[in-house]
Amino acid sequence: MKFVDEFRDADLIKKTAEEIRRLAGTTRHYRFMEVCGGHTHAIYRFGLKDILPENIELIHGPGCPVCVLPMGRIDDGLALAADDHVIFAAFGDMMRVPGTHGSPLEYKARGTDVRIVYSPSDALKLARINPDRHVMFFAIGFETTAPSTALTIMRARAEGIHNFSVFCNHVTIIPAIRAILDSPDMRLDAFIGPGHVSTVIGCRPYEWIAKDERKPIVVSGFEPLDILQAIVMILRQMRAGEAKVENQYKRVVPWEGNRAALRAMGEVFQLRPYFEWRGLGFISQSALRIRDSYAEWDAEQRFQVPGVRVTDPKAAQCGEVLKGVLKPVQCKLFGKECTPEHPLGALMVSSEGSCAAYFNYEHRKAMATSLSRSA
Amino acid sequence: MAHGAGGKASRRLVEGLFAPLLFGSSAEPLTDSARVLVDRTSVAVTTDSFVVSPLSFPGGSIGELAINGTVNDLAVSGARPEAIVVTFILEAGLPASVLESEVRAMADAARRANVKVVGGDTKVVEHGKADLMYVTATGIGSPIPALTIDPRSVRAGDKVLLSGPVGDHGITILLARGELDIEAELRSDTRSVYPFVEAISGAAGAAIRWMRDPTRGGVATSLNELARDCGLGIYLEEEELPVHDEVRGACELLGLDPLHIANEGQCIAIVAAEYADVALAAIHQTPGGGDARIIGEVREQPAATVLVGTRYGGTRVIDMLVGDPLPRIC
Repeated sequence: MKFVDEFRDADLIKKTAEEIRRLAGTTRHYRFMEVCGGHTHAIYRFGLKDILPENIELIHGPGCPVCVLPMGRIDDGLALAADDHVIFAAFGDMMRVPGTHGSPLEYKARGTDVRIVYSPSDALKLARINPDRHVMFFAIGFETTAPSTALTIMRARAEGIHNFSVFCNHVTIIPAIRAILDSPDMRLDAFIGPGHVSTVIGCRPYEWIAKDERKPIVVSGFEPLDILQAIVMILRQMRAGEAKVENQYKRVVPWEGNRAALRAMGEVFQLRPYFEWRGLGFISQSALRIRDSYAEWDAEQRFQVPGVRVTDPKAAQCGEVLKGVLKPVQCKLFGKECTPEHPLGALMVSSEGSCAAYFNYEHRKAMATSLSRSA
Repeated sequence: MAHGAGGKASRRLVEGLFAPLLFGSSAEPLTDSARVLVDRTSVAVTTDSFVVSPLSFPGGSIGELAINGTVNDLAVSGARPEAIVVTFILEAGLPASVLESEVRAMADAARRANVKVVGGDTKVVEHGKADLMYVTATGIGSPIPALTIDPRSVRAGDKVLLSGPVGDHGITILLARGELDIEAELRSDTRSVYPFVEAISGAAGAAIRWMRDPTRGGVATSLNELARDCGLGIYLEEEELPVHDEVRGACELLGLDPLHIANEGQCIAIVAAEYADVALAAIHQTPGGGDARIIGEVREQPAATVLVGTRYGGTRVIDMLVGDPLPRIC
């Protein structure tokens, strides 16, 4: 496949891995955080941990939008869908995420009209072909998906489609990175920057990480070679005693970002004063709401939202895992009460969540190896 | 709903409820057909229900699936399909032309698979109580004497043989539902796999330890079931896995793994290493078997686990599917 296979070239990958080994040496330990859930997934899927030297530890960051969504928001969204008049539309990512009384998929099995859509404009299409129903799009995601939600709301207004609204859960990545860096128990050497988010926001918003926090950050693509190259770039900076923002994903990410997308977001959204993140707690100015000028398409302004707050089970240590303080397997519930089939904590829900990725791709391998060692 | 999707939940339902209450014992590994003694002659029996939306799709339809699916369950359990009875549950208001075309599709599929449809039943339920049409098919077959399909006979060193590209059926259905604006030249692979079974049993006979048609839950789920039943590890080489570009592309876009996608015309066989090449050559000479490959092998470790070797020397565990495969967007 064009534009994919080039970045999975086995020879180049082996050479890059050797370069990493050479640059990393053996005398010190490195802790790099990959911010984006897409990176976490790719690292496990391609078995990159097996290729990296042992002294490079990858810490999985907060960039999984499904994982950081508090359960109360899901309950709120599904409460609105209880009305027979309403069609609840969301990405496939959301479908297995549990609310207090089940996931959207379980609601669907019990009769709620839940539809999987592949884009917000598909949800708008549903509204067009079901004029006597109300379609509510449950929007999730970072700056990657927020522009398409904004454009869809603008189109709904332009076309005069009134049986459509958005339950907005869009969040922004920079405050989450700041929250992690502000955490006292956090020790990170550098960041692998989020590729998709950066196609929209560009690379400038990360400059404070390099300048003020003195930590290298390299925006990276999602193929194995992308991620390994980003690690090479980080190690080169560290050897030179530098801390810069660099862009490994130039084929997709413009330094200045996507102005049209940012304009659409600015037109439709404004920052919420604060928003609750699952595992991280309340973070100020970390999420988007729909502006009053588009109130008609804002489910939260249009309907009575219960405003449910649900605390995570006390024993779940999602926050520590999310901040990289604990590894998934160090959480007391991991693989016992909390599994991908019965996720208690957020990170077990999406295949991009670090716990689910670790469970699906690594955990059994590790268990089987330790069993065979003890046998 | 996950209980019907062919993955972990389905297995728990069978092992936890049906097997102990209905079959008396759950100690025997679950297989695709049961053996019954009739007048001291062993007969293979299997049954399967078909619910699919849309009813027809590029490369096939529910009628064809019902025949081929039943034939395949018999074939991979080591039996020659002989006869099938079918039951239709029809929703009131189903156009007669749709029913007729499905019955014709069945007749054609049965002719191609060389199996007789010998009886059936029809029920009609009120409009809204069924999704147009459900079909249940029950098949009987005669066991192939040279074959014993038993996961407990699998040994470390055995090879994993796959008859052709994976994921065509599942991705075709996903695209045929029309929710995605993706167009691809892709057809369901629905067909009888009996010719493959016949070919490899002729070539390798008792060296064939186990077979399965990897339908819902895909190759990953079938091999995980085997790994659990035999207690050994299964190692697949990702690079050896045949996947059409259209399927790979759709999976990349949607965040799915081709190993989890349903097939309706493929067969996996575990073959003793020394017979793997002749079995492969036999499939290659069978019509439709040109893309067959040896995709991996059985190993002692990691026990009861399926491991995929990536092209770069890394590995990952691939588990059974939990529920239906869902696309990832954000």
